[in-house]
Amino acid sequence: MLPSLAEIKKSLLTSIWFMFLTFPVMVIRVNTIYKTVEWRWWNLFFVGIGSFFLSFLWRYLIKRKETGQKKVQSGSAPRKPLLQSALDKPQIFIPALIVLAVFTIAFPFLFSMYQTNIMVNALIYIVIGLGLNIVVGLAGLLDLGYVAFYAVGAYSYALLNYHFGIGFWTALPIGAGLGFLFGILLGFPVLRLRGDYLAIVTLGFGEIIRLILENWNEFSFGPSGIANIPRPGFFGIDFSLHQSIIFIYFMMIGLVIFTIFVVNRLQDSRIGRAWIALREDEIACQAMGIDKTKTKLTAFALGATWAGMGGVVFAAKTTFINPASFTIWESIIILCIVVLGGMGSIVGVITGALTLILLPEYLRAFSEYRTLLFGVILVGMMVFRPGGIISTVRRTYQFEAPGNKNEKR
Amino acid sequence: MDYFLELLLGGLTRGSIYALIALGYTMVYGIIQLINFAHGEIYMIGAFTALIVAGVLTLLGWNHVAILVIASLVAVIYSSAYGFTVEKLAYKPLRHAPRLSALISAIGMSLFLQNYVLLAQTSDFLPFPSLIPEFKFLIPYAHIIRSSEVVILVTTTAVMILLTLMIKFTRIGKAMRATAQDRDMAMLVGVDVNRVISVTFIVGSATAAIGGVLIASHIGQINFYIGFIAGIKAFVAAVLGGIGSIPGAVLGSLVLGWTESFFTGYVSSDYEDVFAFLFLVFILIFRPSGILGRSETEKV
Repeated sequence: MLPSLAEIKKSLLTSIWFMFLTFPVMVIRVNTIYKTVEWRWWNLFFVGIGSFFLSFLWRYLIKRKETGQKKVQSGSAPRKPLLQSALDKPQIFIPALIVLAVFTIAFPFLFSMYQTNIMVNALIYIVIGLGLNIVVGLAGLLDLGYVAFYAVGAYSYALLNYHFGIGFWTALPIGAGLGFLFGILLGFPVLRLRGDYLAIVTLGFGEIIRLILENWNEFSFGPSGIANIPRPGFFGIDFSLHQSIIFIYFMMIGLVIFTIFVVNRLQDSRIGRAWIALREDEIACQAMGIDKTKTKLTAFALGATWAGMGGVVFAAKTTFINPASFTIWESIIILCIVVLGGMGSIVGVITGALTLILLPEYLRAFSEYRTLLFGVILVGMMVFRPGGIISTVRRTYQFEAPGNKNEKR
Repeated sequence: MDYFLELLLGGLTRGSIYALIALGYTMVYGIIQLINFAHGEIYMIGAFTALIVAGVLTLLGWNHVAILVIASLVAVIYSSAYGFTVEKLAYKPLRHAPRLSALISAIGMSLFLQNYVLLAQTSDFLPFPSLIPEFKFLIPYAHIIRSSEVVILVTTTAVMILLTLMIKFTRIGKAMRATAQDRDMAMLVGVDVNRVISVTFIVGSATAAIGGVLIASHIGQINFYIGFIAGIKAFVAAVLGGIGSIPGAVLGSLVLGWTESFFTGYVSSDYEDVFAFLFLVFILIFRPSGILGRSETEKV
C-alpha cells in the first residue's frame, strides 16, 4: 500500500523539522582551542532521510497501538501471546526445558572462556534484574539507586576479605543480609513518599553511596578500589583460571534457578499479591487493610538482598572493584533490562538481560551507540509496548459454568 | 567579612541559575504532574548551541556583545524547539499511561539526548568563550563579585519578573493556571490543553537555556554531562520550594544555593553533591510539600 499524499507531506514536514533541530549539534563542530570549524553537511542529509522514514514507522506504530486499545475496550479478550500459549502445553514445554538445560550445561565446554565470562556477566545481571523486578515490576516502586545495594554487596565481600580474610561462601549470605539491612535503612524514611519522589531520592542515595566510597579513603580505599579479591573456592580445591570461571558459571546457574524459584513463589504468595495490588491502586489497597509501608519495605529490602548477593559474586568474579563500577549508569542498565523484558515477568527479565548484555558484546562495532540505543529503548518501549517484550499474563480465575463443562473456553 | 560576602554572593548566583532551571521543572510538574527528567539535558543543549554559535561568530570576528546576544537568542530558540519535540515524542503518547511509564520514558529521553550530544560533538570539556565583558565600575570589588555574577543576577531577576507577568496577566498564563488546577475542567471550558502543555515546555526550556548560557560563560567550560547534576540540583530546589509553585522554585533555589555555598566554603567541598542529596532526603521526609507548597491529600 502506498502512503497517501497527506502522509508524505506530514513526513516531509517532520523531516524538515528534525533537520532544523539537529542542525547546530550535528553539522557544526567548533574547536575553541584551535579555532577551527568543521561543517558536516552529510549528517544533515542522513537526519533528513532517517526522520522521513522513521516518521512513517512512528505513525504506523501509534495507529496500531490505538486500534489495539480500542479492541480491548470493546470487549474482545486480548489474545494470549503465541509464546505463552505454546509454553502452556506440556508437550512443548518439557522438551523445550530439556533442550535449554542441555544447552546450559554444555555451554562452558562448547564455547571459549571469553564467551563463558560474558555469559557469567549476563547471569549476574539476570539475578539482580530479577531482584529489581520485585521492586519495579511487582511493587511498582521506581528505584534508580539500585546499584547502591550492588555496591554494598561487592564492598562487603571485598572489605571483609581484606580485613578478616572471610571467604566467598561466608560473605555471600553476609552480603545478602547487608543488602537487606541497607534496603530497610534506606527504604524506611523514603517509602512514605509518592512514586516519582521515590525515584529521585533513591537516585540520590545511589549517588551518595558512590560518592562516599570515592571520598572516604580510610574506609574504601577511594577511587583506586580494592584488588586481589579471591575467587570463590570449592572445599579447598585449587582451580586454574579457566576452571574457576566454569565453576562460577555453574554457581551462577544455580543462583539464577534459586532466584527464579524464590521470585516465583513470592509472586504467588500473599505478599506478592499485595505488591501487585499496591502497584495498581494504593488507596484501594489500604482500604482492603494492606499495610502500605510494610509491604513496600519488604519489596524494597528483598530487591536489595538480591543486589547484595549479585554484588558479592561480581566482586569475586572480577577480583577488583572500585566506585566506578557503581555509577547511576549501572542502575539504568538494570532498569532497562527490567523494562525491555517486561516489568513483572520473570521470563521477560531473563530475555531482557540476555539481550542487553550479550548483544552489545557481539556488536562491538556499534558499541559507541549503546547508551544512545538504551535511551531509545526506554522511550520506545514505554510509548509502544509498555508491557515489555514478554509481558506478564495476569493470573485470573477461570470460571466454568456447571452445565457446559465440555465447551472450550 | 569579605569571604562571607563572597560566599553570600556566590550562593546567590548559584541559586539564580538553579532557579532558572527549576522553573521548568516546577511548571511542567504543575501542569502534567511529570518530573521532566530530560530538562537538565535541555539546559545542556542550550549551552552547547550557544557555544557552537559563539564559536562560529568569533571566527567571523564579530564583537562580543553582539555574539552574546545572538548566541543566547539561538540557544533559547533551539532549547525551546527541543523541549517542544521531546514533549511530543516522549510524553504526549503517554498522557493517560501510569505515571511510572512517563517517568521511565523521561529517563530514556535524558539518556538519549546526553549521548546524542556526546556522539555528535565530543566527550571533552570545551572551553566556553568569556562573552560577558568585565565592567569597569566593578574592578574595586573584584575579589567579592565578578561582572558575570552581576549579569546573572540581573538577567535572572528580569526573567522572573517577565514570567510572573506572563502567568498573571496574559491569556495563555491564565490558561496555564487553569490547566494546573484542573485539566479536565479547563478542557471543558475550552482551553486547548495540548497547546498549553506545549507552551509550558517551550517557556520552561527557554529559561533553562538562558541559565545554560549564563552558567557556561560564568564557569567557562561545558561538556555533555553538565545537564545531569544541574538538573538534579534544580529538581532538589524545586522540591524544596514546593513543586508546582513558581515562587517556591525561586525561594528553594536560593536556599539551596546559599546552603551549598556556605557548606563548601566553611565545611568541606568533597561532599558537596552528597550534601545536596541529603538535603533533598531530609526535606522529603520532614516536609514533603516543600516550603511554599500546599500539602495535597489524594482523592479517590
